[in-house]
Amino acid sequence: MSDAPLIEVKDLGVRLNTSRGPAQAVRGVNFALRRGETLGLVGESGCGKSVTALALMGLLPESAVISGSIRLDGAELIGLPDAAYCKLRGNRISMIFQEPMTALNPMHTIGHQVAEPLRRHTGVSAAEAQLEAIALLDRVGLPDAAKRVDAYPHQFSGGQRQRITVAMALACQPDVLIADEPTTALDVTIQGQILDLIAGLVEERGMSMILISHDLGVIAENVDRMMVMYGGTVVESGATDAVFARMGHPYTQGLFRARPRLGARKGTRLKTIAGTVPELADLPAGCTFADRCAIVEARCRAALPAVVDVGAAHGVRCIRTDVSMGAGGSSA
Amino acid sequence: MSAPLTASAATSAIAPGARPVTGFWRRALRHRSFVLGAVLSLIVLGAALLSLVWTPWSATDIDIASKLRPPSAAHWLGTDVLGRDIVSLLLVGARSTIMVGVIAVGIGLSFGVCLGLIAAARKGWTEELIMRMSDFTFAFPAVLSAIMLAAVAGPGMVTSITAIGIFQIPTFVRVTRGSANAIWAREFVLAARAAGKGSFRITIEHVLPNILSILIVQATIQFALAILAEAALSYLGLGTQPPQPSWGRMLNDAQTLLFQSPMLAVYPGAAIAIAVLGLNLLGDGLRDLLDPRLARER
Repeated sequence: MSDAPLIEVKDLGVRLNTSRGPAQAVRGVNFALRRGETLGLVGESGCGKSVTALALMGLLPESAVISGSIRLDGAELIGLPDAAYCKLRGNRISMIFQEPMTALNPMHTIGHQVAEPLRRHTGVSAAEAQLEAIALLDRVGLPDAAKRVDAYPHQFSGGQRQRITVAMALACQPDVLIADEPTTALDVTIQGQILDLIAGLVEERGMSMILISHDLGVIAENVDRMMVMYGGTVVESGATDAVFARMGHPYTQGLFRARPRLGARKGTRLKTIAGTVPELADLPAGCTFADRCAIVEARCRAALPAVVDVGAAHGVRCIRTDVSMGAGGSSA
Repeated sequence: MSAPLTASAATSAIAPGARPVTGFWRRALRHRSFVLGAVLSLIVLGAALLSLVWTPWSATDIDIASKLRPPSAAHWLGTDVLGRDIVSLLLVGARSTIMVGVIAVGIGLSFGVCLGLIAAARKGWTEELIMRMSDFTFAFPAVLSAIMLAAVAGPGMVTSITAIGIFQIPTFVRVTRGSANAIWAREFVLAARAAGKGSFRITIEHVLPNILSILIVQATIQFALAILAEAALSYLGLGTQPPQPSWGRMLNDAQTLLFQSPMLAVYPGAAIAIAVLGLNLLGDGLRDLLDPRLARER
């Protein structure tokens, strides 16, 4: 298609009303995604990954205040009436959820649930939708799809159910697929299969994908570009290779060091990042990572640092990249 | 994929136990409490239907000369203080009982479930308004609202049905809203929204089927309560009016003769117990049978 971005997010901000008062869950998120591109969102729990995804889907609670702009093919999505958004969801933007055990309605057959978006958005007959659902279930690798199309979700394993939710999300051939931790709840062996399946389908259908994960390994293997989020802001973004080659933000570096490694000597302690994620309800004024950063300075706490370009389309939201990316700073 | 598809599609038609409809009756007949409940409920229903075409004696004819007779070939369960045949009274009484129960629960169910579903789907001030209104209604006991209604419309069956029905609405609102809210919080509802469904469709396709079993069980309990409420209202003279027989009236007529003819209280009491027990067992059985997750175990 053209070079124009399929999805363009500018200065996205989300304020949620929590029991502890308003919380700025997401601020200043910018990215653009072209057709066929894949983007990874990585970060700890509560860093704003899922809120960003829900904002794209228009599924935030009604009390949430959204600012900035989300454009799909040039059309603004923020402020779109719900009826119009319903026509996009499941049709042009789809989402896969974390928990396959609860993402399917226990009262309906899987065939019905996969066929449902088709009937809804494309207006095909029930019989055609059923056939298409069988084909989809077959494509996502559900054994005996035609025989099991009338079975209920409880009759499947977690991995099979996630295959079914993938079939549901892809039923209408969406332009954008948002996968929110699609393998977190699954066995490691199944994780790889599901990710390969999703990657294969994304390539086959020329979709764009936003993959959300807290697992750097998953991100490294599955997406072209990545964004690291912390405390509701994007602290580092760039091509996956470039970011892994030269990590600029102390948080990204900490995240990388904290991953468990195969072959490490027995008794070797896992590295951790000291401290905890700040409460979104009372974020510090300056850099959100300041309280846990090893190279923090007074000016880090003064104001939210601007994004510094450290390479081609590789940005880091840190004012101390000279230190963090200097000798011995990157990886470890 | 089309070639293997058609082959396995043919075999899927005879795959056992996968469809809820085909296997339903087979499973139902194996479910003990469902069968027992169904039998007891059918006895009550059968008695009511039978009374439309035949009763051993007229249920309203008074024959003082043969009052308080013990069971005999002519009067199988004897006669009451006015000489009416007990069997005939029980048969016709079943009719009143079922009518009051069905209509009152129907009123409570239809209004209560609609309001409860709206409250859960809309949230915000709509939910507040519905819940506060139902609290308000709930604050008046059925007896009190029946007295108020009777003062306006006059006592009678319609008054008691309406009062019991209105009294049941808040219970259904609460049960519906509570269980619907739990469903709304489930991830498959989020997934359904992500698939582009509006709140009306989600309510009909996802919320309602998932709370149906709870509503069925609640409806059977409410049916039993309606029968008891009708008896209470009849005692106060606000329910079924003489000469129309009802189990509640029989029970209260028997109260003054409790030491003289205790069996007069036992018969309608047993009838009420059979109806209430049957309905509860039926509701329990239906709850199990309607849930596909429990389908395998039974």
